Parts: sequence; structure tokens; C-alpha cells
Amino acid sequence: MATLILIVLLPFLSAPIIALLAGWDRRAAPWAAGITTLSALVLLGLLVSHVDLATPQVIQFAWIPQIGLDFAFRLDGLSILFSSLILLIGLLIIVYARYYLAPQDHPGRFFSGLMLFMGAMLGIALSENLIQLVVFWELTSLSSFLLISFWQHRKEARQGARMALAVTGMGGLALLGGVLLLGHVVGSYNLSVILGAGDTLRASPLYLPILLLILLGAFTKSAQFPFHFWLPNAMAAPTPVSAYLHSATMVKAGIFLLARLFPVLSGTDAWLLLVGGAGLITFLLGAYTALFKHDLKGLLAYSTISHLGLITLLFGFGTPLAAVAGIFHLINHATFKASLFMVAGIIDHETGTRDMRRLGGLARKMPHTAALAIVAAAAMAGVPLLNGFLSKEMFFSEALEVAPDFGSVWLLPLLVTLGGVMSVAYSIRFVHDTFFGTPDPDLPQEIHEPPRMMRVPVDILVVVCLAVGIFPALLIGGLLNFAAGAVLNAPPPHFSLALWHGFKLPLLMSTIALGGGILVFVLRRPLTRFHEHGIGRLNAKILYDALLQSLQLAARVVTRTFDQGRLQSMTLWTLITALIAGGIGFLSYHAPLFGPEHHAPAFDGITAVGMLIMMAAALAAVWMHPKRLLALLPMSVVGLGVALLFVRYSAPDLALTQLSVEVITVVLMLLALRYLPAQSTAEPRPRLYRDALIALLSGVGATILTYAVMSRDYENIAGYFLAKSLTEGGGHNVVNVILVDFRGYDTFGEISVLALAALGVFALLQNLRLPQGTPGPGSRSAAHPLLFQTLSQLLLPLTLVFGLYILLRGHNAPGGGFIAGLIVASALITQYLAHGIHHTENRLLIPTHGAIGLGLLLALGTGLASIGAGYPFLTSTFGHWQIPFLGNLELASAMVFDLGVFLVVLGASVLMLVQMAHLGSVPLDKPAKSEGVVS
Amino acid sequence: MSLLFALLIGMLTATGIFLTLRAQTFPVVLGLTLLSYAVNLFLFGMGRLASNAAAVLGAQTRYADPLPQALVLTAIVIAFAMTAFVIVLALKTRAELGNDHVDGTADDAPEDDSAR
Repeated sequence: MATLILIVLLPFLSAPIIALLAGWDRRAAPWAAGITTLSALVLLGLLVSHVDLATPQVIQFAWIPQIGLDFAFRLDGLSILFSSLILLIGLLIIVYARYYLAPQDHPGRFFSGLMLFMGAMLGIALSENLIQLVVFWELTSLSSFLLISFWQHRKEARQGARMALAVTGMGGLALLGGVLLLGHVVGSYNLSVILGAGDTLRASPLYLPILLLILLGAFTKSAQFPFHFWLPNAMAAPTPVSAYLHSATMVKAGIFLLARLFPVLSGTDAWLLLVGGAGLITFLLGAYTALFKHDLKGLLAYSTISHLGLITLLFGFGTPLAAVAGIFHLINHATFKASLFMVAGIIDHETGTRDMRRLGGLARKMPHTAALAIVAAAAMAGVPLLNGFLSKEMFFSEALEVAPDFGSVWLLPLLVTLGGVMSVAYSIRFVHDTFFGTPDPDLPQEIHEPPRMMRVPVDILVVVCLAVGIFPALLIGGLLNFAAGAVLNAPPPHFSLALWHGFKLPLLMSTIALGGGILVFVLRRPLTRFHEHGIGRLNAKILYDALLQSLQLAARVVTRTFDQGRLQSMTLWTLITALIAGGIGFLSYHAPLFGPEHHAPAFDGITAVGMLIMMAAALAAVWMHPKRLLALLPMSVVGLGVALLFVRYSAPDLALTQLSVEVITVVLMLLALRYLPAQSTAEPRPRLYRDALIALLSGVGATILTYAVMSRDYENIAGYFLAKSLTEGGGHNVVNVILVDFRGYDTFGEISVLALAALGVFALLQNLRLPQGTPGPGSRSAAHPLLFQTLSQLLLPLTLVFGLYILLRGHNAPGGGFIAGLIVASALITQYLAHGIHHTENRLLIPTHGAIGLGLLLALGTGLASIGAGYPFLTSTFGHWQIPFLGNLELASAMVFDLGVFLVVLGASVLMLVQMAHLGSVPLDKPAKSEGVVS
Repeated sequence: MSLLFALLIGMLTATGIFLTLRAQTFPVVLGLTLLSYAVNLFLFGMGRLASNAAAVLGAQTRYADPLPQALVLTAIVIAFAMTAFVIVLALKTRAELGNDHVDGTADDAPEDDSAR
């Protein structure tokens, strides 16, 4: 069974190889593609002959079992039928394409695209897991996009490819939604489970949404009305692609899905109405439009749409026999339509045109091709002795069977006969206008048969049409029975495949279709005139383009309104949105907003005064902000207040961190102020009022939210950390243990961010030339007061030792890598401030980049070491060591991690500040005179 | 006490947002700093306010919730890194575009949002 996976993977594996081979020798590409296909076919044959297929065979590996996603493949009648169809027709197409491609076409791109598609298609056919099926489904859309746009220089190829991708991609998204809902209802994404859960599904209230979404996927893929319009536009692809993807296989994927899910989704009125209705409209519309197309491939495209509609209609009927007929017609259509497309390609290849108004009389010049085309077209029309006749007769008889469900007894038979009439008419037209009639005088005279091997694939397909048409029961009965069993997930109904069923109604309908078709063909000129003055002006592409354009226009208008490329308005819109969302949240909340305040801390006068001072300072900062240096004062008051609040409410680690960060931030801002204007310019008053209103509302919202949360009772997971900190983390300081152990992965991410920010600052400040700001307090002469210099030199060793102490004790008492890093950084920065940058760097060279790198490596190393020891990433260990002079010492591996944190914080902080300080010492090329001009 | 704490957070948010909406880079930096104070205090407050209960085992019997503290600790450091980055970005704008307007347009003409 593992061979099954190999069959799917083989084309994917060969795609890149083919692309490489083609660069070496262009003839190698088709050979490699052909050999791949042949081997996949042989493997499939071997597998089928060796595996017991009385029940469906499944092979699966857990992929992401938590969401029900398995890597699972399935072998049953339907999947065997479909995948052998893909491989056999694929092989013929490869042979044909070998001669079709022009010397300037890139064979590597073509054949590797084809292989990619083949692999994706086999994936759809053989998937057991529905999500996996959707993945392959999207892959077919993508490879189809690549193949339609193969001639990238042509505008219509690019447009057609984009349209196909937009329509089928949208359908794929809908399908994914449907499959997810389906899996939710059934409880599994695997077909073996789903196929047995039809009754659950049909009884579920989600049945209709599921059906609609899945049908959206199937209909877009199989070009059913009203999504049919992409298929004719996809005909800009090279003809082998049209024959393979857009006629024989990919467009059948939607129908395959209908067949696959037939046992669970069918049997309801909604199914009959939606599937039957779409199928019927598509069948008639496609056949009617095909009648008036002048382009050979255009005619075939609409005829394909019509036949896809026919098959969909059969599945829509919902009876077991109709499903059998549907599969039968699926095979037959693939054979005769692929051969007709190849004929169209041959004609295009030999004459340089596909316009039926110019073509004619080719029967004398290429009799062999003409004979093939006539037989294939007859099969398409449903002429007896050919496979198309048999499936069409089954179709007629099923239509009679279910007619009572479709209104009056004669309505449905009448409509399907009408469709048959038109099929016959366009089939005759295809043959007559190309091979008989009078050619356009401009047509080249030197027209001859194509290369022998280009015709062989058509030969084979046409022989199949004939053979199946004459000996149906013998050649196809068994396979059909086998596949039907898989589709129905039950023993298949009895059906008889025979040429002659006696004089019955279906035969009458066939006869009417043939006679009527000839009549319509004779009357085609007046009919065409009538069509072209009326309905023919309607074009789905125009509608699609208009829709797309209005969508783009709407998107542009919305973008222009909200995104004017200006930060102020964007921030404003973001805030307004947040306010609206918050407002909705508050207003739609009905329980009491505030809780009983069980945890309220006791009132404390000093703290209250402190908080009031902080509020006043924040207001003062706003008040003073135009005078920038001044505004830093109240800012520091707020920052200091925050640190004191952390002290007051039992967070010593936070207080230490906040304090050191505050120092460094203020230094940073002072440095920056040297290069920024000292004062802000005034802004218009209405804007200030507006912003004040927004700010007020946000503040009120934040207050209510905070109080609402804090006044309630709460449960936390603190107990876990408090209990495990010593036993599993080996530290008394729980905050630090959480940082370096329990949530070490987070911390690792955070120091990476820090490192990146520092390096970003470094990169941004490289070669930056700034105009010198006001020569204020920072001017050179008074820069380094003696007292400051002396004191800072005295303090340096003390602070360094203190930093080390804080680092080492961090696991057990307030401290740790973050705080120690910041303290040591501020000590070093003090040196820079006191002595000037050059003086300090001459004596004390700190490898900041190295510190950051080493710190990250240390942190990563501790994590990897625990993986090496067989534990998850960043698991820590600890132990007690007896060390001379120091006594019993408890050491945890997390301390190494903390050392890494220390180094990163230290390196990053110093790097950022030193870079800023360096700015001033960069000699300016020429001093900027005015603010606006910078050298 | 919680109410006062909530009011403080509201005030810091309001002032922070007002400054964030200004047209020049330096007030925006100040505004972001105030906002980060507000957010850090808010996160800290989620663990409730407890006196004399530092989460260092063995010191006492009652402990404050250590988880928000750990989260806030890294948040402070990250906020510092972001502040530094924004400041440098402001300097870069000033150097490349010759002004300190948030949009890099020199003339802060009283053209309003609706004008374009």
C-alpha cells in the first residue's frame, strides 16, 4: 500500500528534475515526463493486482492528529478509475505535446508544470483525508495557472490564467470552509468515517451551509453555471493543456468530488435543486453557446461546459443508476473531447488558424486526421456504435425516470432532448466547417498531415471510443461496476450496457436529437444572425471584469480614505476603531461591570499622594511638551513614580528594572534632543481639541476597564509557579525562575528582539549626517566637569561588582540578567558621559556586537543542551555543589541562560547609546546652514 | 486604592495618546513612553496589588502573583528597545528629510485630514 504514496509523489519528484534536464537537452523533458507517468501507471497496475480490493484500502500516517489532519490515501474503485484516467490521458498528452511545442517554447517549464499538475490531480483522486484533498485541489489551481499562462507574452494568456485562478481559488476557499464544517459535524476528516455518516450529516442544521460551500468549490472547478466563464478564457493555454486540464481531468475534479461525497450529500431536495438545476442550465447554455463559436477551441470549450453540465445533472438526479451513467459519461467525454482538442491543435499547428470561418476543405489535405475527427465528433454527438451514444442514452432514460420531480412529466425530457439537438448541431458544424466547405483563399496551400507521432495519441483515443461503443459490457462493464460500487458506497445497481435496448423512449429521444441537430445545422446562418443580435452580446467576461474593477475601485477608495500615507490620520483611525470596539464591548455587557472589591488593598495616604503627583506630572508633560527639554522632567517623575509603585506593591525585580531603564532612557532622549528642534511648532487648535477628546475617551475607557478587572475576584495560576519554583527551577526568586526557566522560550524571543533593535539602531545610524542642534548644555567646553569625572571613576568598579552580585543572586533574590545588564550598562554609559566618547573608548573598548552574539549563543546553547540531554528545549537542571571557601552553592543551568540574557541586555543598551553618542563626533562634511538642507 | 490606580492608568493612557497624535517626532516618543507606562501598570495590576508580598520564597507566607511581574519585566525592557529604535528613526528622518514631522513633510501647513 505504501506504493500508493509513491504514485502520488513520483510526478512531484520528477518536476524539478525535468526542469533541470531540459536545460541540458530539451528533448529530455518529454522523455522524463513520459517515463514518470509510465512508471506511475505500472506501479498502479501492480498495486491493483496485488491488493484485495473487495473493500476500500486505506493507508494513513498521523500528521497533525490534534486537528484531525492525517496524511492518508485511499484506494477504491473510484480512485483507481480516476487516477488511471489521469495517467493514461496524461501519457498520450505528453507524446502529443512533444511534437506540439515550438522550438522557442521552454519544454522544461511546460513539462514540469504538467507533472506538478498530474501529481496534484492524483492527490485529489487518491486522498482519504479531505483536508489533504483540499490542499491538492489548490495545487491543481496553481499548476493550472502556470500552464494557462505558459505563453506569458500573450495578454489573453495572462488574463485567462488570472481569471481561472481567481474563480477556482475562490471556490477552493469555499470548499475548505465546507470541509471544515463537514469534519466538525461528522467528527473526522477521513472519508471512511464520513461516507458512513450520511444520515447524521443530512439531519444536521449545518447541512445546507456545508452543501453550499462544497458545491461552490465543485461548481467553480467544473465550470458550472454561473462560474463557467473562466473555462473559455483558459483556452489561451497551449492546446495539450486545454485537452488535458480543461477537458479531460481538472475540470472533472468538481464532478469527482460530487461522486466522492455522493452517498453523504445527495438524497435531499436541496441537492436535487442545486446540483440538478446548475447542471441543467450549464448543459443547455454550454450547448447553445458552442453552436455560435467560430473558434475551434471556443466551440470545444463550450461543448466541454455543456458536457460537464450533463454529468453534473446526472449526479443531481440522485439515483444510483444516474450516478453510474455519470461516471460512464465522464470516461467517454474524456476520450472523445481530448481527441477533439488534439485535432484542433493539429489544425492550428498546420494551418496557423482556428477560425472556422476561414478553415474548410481540409479533408482532402489531411484525410487521416479528418477521419479521426469525424469519429470523435460523432461520439460527442451521440451517434450509435460510439461510446457517447451509450452514456447519452442512459442519460435520457434517467431523465425520463426522474422527470416527475422536475415539474411536469414532459418538461425535463424535452429540455434534455433540446440539449441533445444542439450537441449534434455543433458536432456537425465542427466537422463540416473544418474539413468540408470552402476554405478561405488566404489559407496557406501547403497543408499536410501532422508528424506521425502527433497523431498516434488521437488514434488510440478514437479506437477506444469505437471499441467501447461496440463492446461496452466486455470492455468497461467491470470497471464501471467497480467504480460505481465505490461511488455509492454500496453494491452497485444492476445495469445493462448494450447497443440495443429495443424501441423505447430513450431511443426515440436520440433519434429526435440526431434529426433535430441536422435541421439546426442547416438553419445555422439565420440562427447565428439572430444570436449575434441578441443574446450573443451578453458576455460573462465583461460582467466579471466589471465586477473585478468595481471591487478594485472600492478597495482603492477605502484605502485612500483611511490610509493617506500620514501617520497622524492613521493613528487616529486606529484609535477610533479601538474606541468603537471598546464601546460596543462595554455597551453589550449586561452583568454588573464592577466587582465587590474583595482584594482591594487598604487605603494608604502616601501612596495616594504619590499617584496624584504622577497624574499631575503626566499632565504637566503634556502641557510642557512643546518645550522639549523641560518636558523630560515631568516624564522622569512619572517613570520614577512607576518604579516606586512597583516597590510599594511587592515587585522588587520590576522596580529595579524600571529604575535602570529610566536612567538609560532619559540619557537616550537627551542625546537625541541635541539633533532635534528644541521646540515643537504649534498645531491648529481644532485638531488639538479633537485629539484631546479622543485621548479623554481612551483614558476613561482604560480606567473603567482597569477598575472593572481589579475590583473582581480572580483565580490565578500563581500557585503552580510558587509551588514548582524551588523543586523544578531551583530558585527562590519566582519571577526570575519564570523568566529563565518556565517561560524561558519567551525570554529567548525577547532578548532576540532586543538584539535586533540594537542592531537596527546601529544600522540606521551608520553614515548618518545630522545638522547640529542648538549648542545648549551639551557644548564641548563644559561637557566633562572634573567632579563628575572623578566620581564616576570611583564608582565604576563598585557598580561593576554590584552588577555581578545582582546577576549571581538573581535566581534566589531580586535581580537577574535583565537588571544586572541594565545596571552595568548604566555604569559604562556614565563613563562615556563623564569622559567623552573618545577618551572612554581608548581605555575601555567594549565589544558590544560580540556581547550580543555571545549572549544569544549562550541562551541558545543552554536550550540545545537540554535537547541533547533528551529534554524539551530550555529545560533546566540544578544541583548543589560544595565549593572551597564559598561553601554549599546551589547552581542551576538556567543561570547560564541568565548570563546570556545579561550579555544581550548589556551589549544592546551600550551599543544603542554609544552609537547615539558617536553621532556628535562625526565630522560634518559641511555644516548645514538651514534646517531644511542636509549634506 | 484600586480606583485610584485605575485613574492613574487612565491618565497615563490619555496623556500618552494625546502626545502620540502630535505631528512631530519627539512628542510621539514621549507619548509612546507614557503609553508603555500605562500598559505595564495595567498588566501589573492584573495580578492585583499586594503589599509586603514579594514573590521570593521563604521571605514571608503570602506572595504576590509572580506571572504578571515576569511578563511586565520583559515588557519594560522591550519598551525601552522600541523607544530607542523610534528615537533613532526620528533622527534618521531628520537627517534624510530635513525636518521632524512624523510624515516627513517639512511644511506642517494647517492642512487637515479632510483636505486630501
